[in-house]
Amino acid sequence: MKKYTNLTKLLNDLPLKDGMNLSFHHHLRNGDGVINLVLEQIEILGYKDLLLSPSAIFPSYTGILKLLQQDRVKHITTNYLNGPVANFLAQHGKPSSLKMQTHGGRARAIIESENKIDIAFIAAPCVDHKGRVSGLYGPSACGSLGYAMEDLKHASVKILITDHYVEHLDDSQVKDVDIDAVLVLDSIGDARGIVSGTTTITSDPIGVMIAKNASKLIETLGLIKPGFTFQSGAGGVSLRVTDFLKSYMEKHNIKASYFSGGITKYHVEMLEKGLVEKLYDVQCFDLDAIQSLKRNPQHYAISANDYANPSNPNRVTKGLDIVILGATEVDINFNVNVTTDSYNTIIGGSGGHADTASDAFVSIIVSPLLKARTSVVKEHVNTITTSGKHIDCIVTERGIAINPLRQDLLEKLKHSSLDIVSIETLMERAYSYTGVPESTTYKGKPFGVVEDRDGTTIDTLHKKE
Amino acid sequence: MKSIVVGSLESSDCLITISPHHTLEIVIESPVYQSFGKQIESVIQNILNAFSLTHVKVYCQDKGALDYTIEARLITAIERFKEAENES
Repeated sequence: MKKYTNLTKLLNDLPLKDGMNLSFHHHLRNGDGVINLVLEQIEILGYKDLLLSPSAIFPSYTGILKLLQQDRVKHITTNYLNGPVANFLAQHGKPSSLKMQTHGGRARAIIESENKIDIAFIAAPCVDHKGRVSGLYGPSACGSLGYAMEDLKHASVKILITDHYVEHLDDSQVKDVDIDAVLVLDSIGDARGIVSGTTTITSDPIGVMIAKNASKLIETLGLIKPGFTFQSGAGGVSLRVTDFLKSYMEKHNIKASYFSGGITKYHVEMLEKGLVEKLYDVQCFDLDAIQSLKRNPQHYAISANDYANPSNPNRVTKGLDIVILGATEVDINFNVNVTTDSYNTIIGGSGGHADTASDAFVSIIVSPLLKARTSVVKEHVNTITTSGKHIDCIVTERGIAINPLRQDLLEKLKHSSLDIVSIETLMERAYSYTGVPESTTYKGKPFGVVEDRDGTTIDTLHKKE
Repeated sequence: MKSIVVGSLESSDCLITISPHHTLEIVIESPVYQSFGKQIESVIQNILNAFSLTHVKVYCQDKGALDYTIEARLITAIERFKEAENES
């Protein structure tokens, strides 16, 4: 492993060429300094027809935008994006310039050489002289490096970029990997942007009501039993559901087997109270989660492959009993959109949505039925992120719909006092307030696709005009 | 005569500005314009008809308000507009 302290020198030594496929990870989120730094140099060096494979694209990743504006990017593969890059693509994207994958699907595609990465530029919060890597230490600590693991194993050239180079690390988060080079810089990120902004438990009365309905549903379905497994996102309502489960588990003395996915202080607290045996952490959402990884041996940093690769029979998501997820739109066939809004603006992407919904025994969407004048339930979603066959329950403040494919769940809820209605009824309830929306959304030319975790195309992305 | 402004730019609300005009004009800005623009316009038009107003400009900055919110904001705006008209 060669050590560099100058990016230009490093790039001079790399087999750079037009059409190369470069990968990055998004664990430093909006505080990432590596992707812009590298792409600014690539821009100066004049390369074109680039393939970019960042695991996600945040608003601050303007290095990508500049290359797009100069028409030097041929294709982007990513799992989640919003902000200027998303807006540029939706306005100016050429045909097939974007592929949106799931976290598990990205790992699968890299491992199975469907997505061949030429050079992986991996922001690494801490590196030692043998190329051992940790996300736990240094000024840009981010905790788990789950989404960078496959890049580091399968890219032709593997580069670590760090601002915390140490003599010796006891434990490497990436094992059995030959790193080609490490670049040591003054700074790889802005710590203020690294912590996610979405990890506060909701106190909004509608959010609390939805969470209460969801917890009651989970209880009624008899899913909270010793050794159960659970995943919730970091959204405020999901975290409130987790909090309700905690009270129930304490009261009934029930211990869960594992929680997985993005980990927050609420999950850590339950681990330390002995309410859950293990945390499988693919991404730390706050500083408490990072600290917990250091001190709790039962808190495991796992790779995207271990987490959700559909070709990996031992993936964590496969063992999930319950997953709580969000939605921007749900249609009457239970298809869920978390990729675009109703007007073709890209606002996010699957991340682990389709991975967990496909695998979990019960997948539950929690969402307000009305977001201002927009009904979440509608006849057609603008973009399908997760197929309706994998979505089991929709929980709102104005009723709960169960997918008719799950007669087993409906049977268990037959005598429940919960407000269980058809999904059409949910939609009609919403329309009774909003009026029936005109379905005039104009779909422009296609510029990209949404891919299911197994690599099949599940929907097409259209330009705004 | 001055314009009258009623409402807010909070989500699910609207800000209505009503001012004297040589003809009737309705301007709507809304994040849900594609889905509900015509509906919002007809709500505003109906209220203006009910108050027999024909020489005003109504500027509705909508933030996803439901019909009754738009009606309530507009009626309040019209009442204040008429009060100001009588005072001047």
